[in-house]
Amino acid sequence: MEKTKQTKSRITRHNKYGYIFLIPFMAAFVVFQMIPLVSTVFNSFFENYKSGLKQIGPNFVGFGNYIKLISSGDLLKYFGNTMIMWILGFIPQIVVSLLLSAWFTDPSLRLKGQRFFKTVIYLPNLIMASAFAMLFFTLFGDNGPVNSILVQAGIFAKPYSFMSHIGSVRGLVAFMNFLMWFGNTTILLMAGMMGIDQSLFEAAEVDGASANQIFFRITLPLLKPILIYVMITSLIGGLQMFDVPQILTNGSGDPMRSSMTLIMYLNKHLFSKNYGMAGALSVILLIITGILSMVVFRFTAADEVGGRRKNK
Amino acid sequence: MKKRMRYLMSLALVTAMVVPMAACGGSSSGSASSGTSASGSSAAASSSAASSESASEAASSASSAAAVSSGSAAAAGDEGKVLNIEVWNNEFPNRLADHYPGFEAADPDDATKGGKIGDVTVNFIVTDNQDNKYQTKLDEDLSAQADASDDSKVDLFLIEADYALKYVDADADVAMPLKDLGITDDDLSKQFQYTKDIVTDANGDIRGSSWQACSAGLIYNRAIAKEVLGSDDPDTVQQAVSDWDKFNETAKKMKDAGYKITATVNDTYRVYSNNVSGQWVQDGKVVVDDNIKKWADDSKALVDAGETTTNDMWSDEWSAGFQAPGDVFCYFGPAWLINFSMGNAPDKDDDGSIAHAGGWGMVNGPQSYYWGGSWICAAQGTDNPTLAKDIILTMTTDDDVMKDIAVKDSDCVNNKTVLDALAADDSFGNAILGGQNPYKMLSEGAEKIDMSKVSPYDQGCNEEYQQSMKNYFDGNASYDEALDQFKQGVAEKYPELSE
Repeated sequence: MEKTKQTKSRITRHNKYGYIFLIPFMAAFVVFQMIPLVSTVFNSFFENYKSGLKQIGPNFVGFGNYIKLISSGDLLKYFGNTMIMWILGFIPQIVVSLLLSAWFTDPSLRLKGQRFFKTVIYLPNLIMASAFAMLFFTLFGDNGPVNSILVQAGIFAKPYSFMSHIGSVRGLVAFMNFLMWFGNTTILLMAGMMGIDQSLFEAAEVDGASANQIFFRITLPLLKPILIYVMITSLIGGLQMFDVPQILTNGSGDPMRSSMTLIMYLNKHLFSKNYGMAGALSVILLIITGILSMVVFRFTAADEVGGRRKNK
Repeated sequence: MKKRMRYLMSLALVTAMVVPMAACGGSSSGSASSGTSASGSSAAASSSAASSESASEAASSASSAAAVSSGSAAAAGDEGKVLNIEVWNNEFPNRLADHYPGFEAADPDDATKGGKIGDVTVNFIVTDNQDNKYQTKLDEDLSAQADASDDSKVDLFLIEADYALKYVDADADVAMPLKDLGITDDDLSKQFQYTKDIVTDANGDIRGSSWQACSAGLIYNRAIAKEVLGSDDPDTVQQAVSDWDKFNETAKKMKDAGYKITATVNDTYRVYSNNVSGQWVQDGKVVVDDNIKKWADDSKALVDAGETTTNDMWSDEWSAGFQAPGDVFCYFGPAWLINFSMGNAPDKDDDGSIAHAGGWGMVNGPQSYYWGGSWICAAQGTDNPTLAKDIILTMTTDDDVMKDIAVKDSDCVNNKTVLDALAADDSFGNAILGGQNPYKMLSEGAEKIDMSKVSPYDQGCNEEYQQSMKNYFDGNASYDEALDQFKQGVAEKYPELSE
């Protein structure tokens, strides 16, 4: 009887330390994430903005803001823009990253200067996105260096107005995102690849598998958890795409708002201090992101999860 | 069970990643809304109390101090030691540093770093103007004015014509009526009427004062005029651009000679938008005036013919025409544009600009108009009313300072006496304009300016319209599609104008 009491109390003591260690995280989470999140949702049900120096509201309007947002139909358009620009950037990003990390981790290649190249490909990520966008804005301006080179080389008869064409603006945004993030993805994937048991590769080689076979049959399947992580983080990052197109198009998302992302739209509402609309938009974004992440997870992890269950 | 755990985990991960994003909007909205709702009523109450109190206090201290100080920087001893001035560029800081007696700049090369007047520290709070950024910043600071400590209160702020009405509004009561500072109508008698009209509130109180009269004209490249029109004489040039039809004909001639008529379509925008028949917003609805529609039509024709571009104003492409030899026939602008943007005057360092060679001329152009102009307002609740009054008086009414500004900075000053004297003075010429004396023209133009079509929404509407129409000019949209985008943009900037 006494014995059980003792063990019980010891367990509680241990639990207590667990909770104590959790306090810093929970406090930061509640203050910086939980409260803002709840207040965003709360705000989304109110009409609340400034007209000149006069404050309008807050007046409770129920789902009025949501109805206005969804019925205007622009949300879909901006969502489409965001996804197009994300996919345009993500495909080269994942392909190049996979290739680079496969090369870097392949011991038989014995690549020289790995450290140097790892640093170099990561460098674009260190530049502030807005500075990067500003740089591209100048580079690709009508009188910018890119145009002068193209004209002087005789490729174009007259300067091509990059900022006035849908394709070139979206392409530039995607290209910048690709440049900024492929280094980061490469490092992540390399970590994943180095975690794969080397003996598997050796065994495959002994069995006479080609490099392609090794990559597709061994590396990729075993890399899946990391790939899912990369996909989901990049998707969320893509949905939050803001600084690059914002600076590149000067906040307009032109031509005809074809490069306006969801967050740029959110920014437009926040800029006029329209908290109700901005709140509603944020909540919709949260839902979209949640759904998309679930979809990605389901598709890529379905067989893994299913397989585990069968084994059970 | 495991599956559910995984889902939970991934969901938690996703929320953890998404939340900061939503919180980005949420945190500011949460704090700001609670802040405004909590302080909104109290601020209104306390500001009205404070305003009457400070106004009477200011009036008494100002009148007592007025006898002591005139033109000098003697601030009353019991007033604040920090003077905060909100501006959107370095124009006013430079003017103050160059022309206000007793101003000691902290950094001689950069007036925006502030300085000292007597023992009062002057801070400039510079916020970029575009996209209503400056207004947003001003709104925030002015609504926090009642609760701010003395040293962080806004004392002076500058406004532009585009949004002047918002800040001189009697109900908003953020700018002090000048009479509360002790500035009389007599002090302002030499100013042009339009500069007073725009800052006059519904009760007839003037709440701001400007040193500039911003009537504007067409500034042309003399070398190109000589080559294409046969002469760079202002009369000949005016003949060629006296109305929009002639202007567009000249554009064709320029194109044939390998020049552009204007650097961008946006150059002519102000000329059209100043000659409208009604305000942007009428009865809570956005109305596109016929003349503004005409701008879009004319500009589309010019762009399609390759006679101008759709670049943004103030962009590198826009200002490329300032450099010699230049391929742009004309720019539209007031006197401050010449001095502020077009390059160094001939007596300064050679920067390769046409301005340095004195290669510009100025004529009235197709329609008379004005552009810009900065008004100085004293913020309600300022703790430096005496110094504020003295700066306003010195910088906007003092004949000597006005003349100094006109001569040194080629600004068209808001003082009829000084302008008339300069206009009559044949020996006086603007070096950038090849020795031409533009003041007679500018002074006549300033008398004609009509401010009755200005609305508080002008900046947002003008910017959105130009931005949206760029799509039409570039061929990415029809006029109606571009117009829809304009209306949407306006509704986002001014939620009360939606529907």
